[in-house]
Amino acid sequence: MGGWAIAVHGGAGVDPNLPKERQEEAKRLLTRCLHIGISALRSNLPAIDVVELVVRELETDPLFNSGRGSALTEKGTVEMEASIMDGPKRRCGAVSGLTTVKNPVSLARLVMDKTPHSYLAFAGAEEFARKQGVELVDNDYFITEDNVGMLKLAKEANSILFDYRIPTLGTCGGGAAMESPIQMNGLPISVYAPETVGCVVVDKEGRCAAATSTGGLMNKMTGRIGDSPLIGSGTYACDLVGVSCTGEGEAIIRSTLAREVAAVMEYKGLSLHEAVDYVIKYRLDEGKAGLIAVSKNGEVACGFNTTGMFRGCATEDGFMEVGVW
Amino acid sequence: MGWAIALHGGAGDIPLSLPPELRLPREASLRHCLDVGIAALKAHKHPLDVVELVVRELENHPHFNAGKGSVLTSSGTVEMEASIMDGQTKRCGAVSGLSTVVNAVSLARLVMEKTPHIYLGFHGAEAFAREQGVETADPSYFVTPENIERLKQAQEANRVQIDYTQPIKKEPNVAAAARIPNGDSQIGTVGCVAVDSEGNLASATSTGGLVNKMAGRIGDSPIIGAGTYANHICAVSATGKGEAMIRGTVARDVAAVMEFKGLSLKEAAAYVIGQVPPGNAGLVAVSSTGETPRCTILPECFVLLPVKMDIQRFPYGIFQLK
Repeated sequence: MGGWAIAVHGGAGVDPNLPKERQEEAKRLLTRCLHIGISALRSNLPAIDVVELVVRELETDPLFNSGRGSALTEKGTVEMEASIMDGPKRRCGAVSGLTTVKNPVSLARLVMDKTPHSYLAFAGAEEFARKQGVELVDNDYFITEDNVGMLKLAKEANSILFDYRIPTLGTCGGGAAMESPIQMNGLPISVYAPETVGCVVVDKEGRCAAATSTGGLMNKMTGRIGDSPLIGSGTYACDLVGVSCTGEGEAIIRSTLAREVAAVMEYKGLSLHEAVDYVIKYRLDEGKAGLIAVSKNGEVACGFNTTGMFRGCATEDGFMEVGVW
Repeated sequence: MGWAIALHGGAGDIPLSLPPELRLPREASLRHCLDVGIAALKAHKHPLDVVELVVRELENHPHFNAGKGSVLTSSGTVEMEASIMDGQTKRCGAVSGLSTVVNAVSLARLVMEKTPHIYLGFHGAEAFAREQGVETADPSYFVTPENIERLKQAQEANRVQIDYTQPIKKEPNVAAAARIPNGDSQIGTVGCVAVDSEGNLASATSTGGLVNKMAGRIGDSPIIGAGTYANHICAVSATGKGEAMIRGTVARDVAAVMEFKGLSLKEAAAYVIGQVPPGNAGLVAVSSTGETPRCTILPECFVLLPVKMDIQRFPYGIFQLK
């Protein structure tokens, strides 16, 4: 018991037909991020700095749905959001609707550290970013060819589907990519690519922190805000625990998923693993999601009710694991 | 079992000495809105319809910090936000950054019912409003002279305020106004919670936010779990200092401690408010568990709430706790 622990994720809900090469790429990225976090922890960086560092790495890499490589809005643009929370004192910061900020999680941190507010969005957030002198780029920078293709498939899928729950059976131009009947948020899983990223850390002093970052739902309406920037839904940290969630945003919000883990620990006295199991089993209803969590005692846990979740975790006593399924 | 409804016009250390010229119009407005809500419940409208209706009324009254009468951002503009939640299904809707939509709470409801999303903000929300054909107005419609004055005071004092200030007297002595202990103003976020005789619960909250807030600042009111929450146990609408309520997940916690610690509604509300620094939060809540009191308000909420005894007689009163 005790000691540091770290977990990272790259999204819950993985296409069972995902090419092996892509799975390996994801595992390599998660491993690299874990090592970055572990180095930082060994240098005694506090948890809040570590989560920011790791999520920056995930945002910068185009593989997952955050920063560069974000999912596209219905207009083909990128609108990013993120939140970060520091367990001691439960300080928090969040941003939404970012279009030029290279690292949303860092802007969220600045909201927490440099403003009297907790959450800034859209034009106001961009203006704040300019004033803070953070690195800004054109919206194009975030857009990848992969995602342009995905958006097209998503639009085709939406024009065929009348109801979220009717499985598609490869009836449109997507061919083999559309054959999986698994759906999330009304889209075939091959297209939905939930891949929000997040990191939770507890440092040697037992301080917990959490951060989550995303481009949001593929083909979302502009202005749509999901769970990732909402404290209590996508992200939460307090004295006991740090949590980052991913999956169907609406389901996560409705169940205030991140807070739920902490609440059952706080109010029902469950252990970290019991809390994560309980929340995933009983609090999601029909929603599909996953989460990672660390406790102040140096434990790490993850849970998901989806087919797979890109994740990695490590603890000070040498345990390390990266997985997809 | 019967129905119950509670509504509020904000919290934040309202001095008991609030002068009559400020208190009476607000009481009258609250009374009117309460009557609207009661009539709807008696007509067997679903609590979701009831809370939307009541909050629309509150938004339309210029005395409260929502809709018309919203406080101003540091740029002198209005950015409104709201959320609504149905306890039975836990469906919810939220909006932020509205500048022309007359009734933010109704747009939040449309997000819930007409989109696959829960939360729309800023230009996207405004575009959706136009698509839906909801009532919009020129941004100047929402601005009142009192709020222009509040912003001026806040900027002079270089402070972001919860929207409670000393009464806007025509005194040129800004220092007097600034002498308020924490500089908070005396108008507030609005909200309503309701439960019908079948135990269906709903909650809605709406606001213009903080005086002199940064453009783009989002508070607790549109955040499910912070300002608004409803499930099968209770419905909560909270108000106060948004940042404290976000980190305290106030609305959600009331339901959580009832469920996980077995507290009564009143105990749960007191517990949760006790976790937040004093003067930072208040809430209204109703439960479906048939306990009395059916409603609870804390701590300095300017609120009217009745407890239904029978159709003929329903006592209600104004609570200004200290």
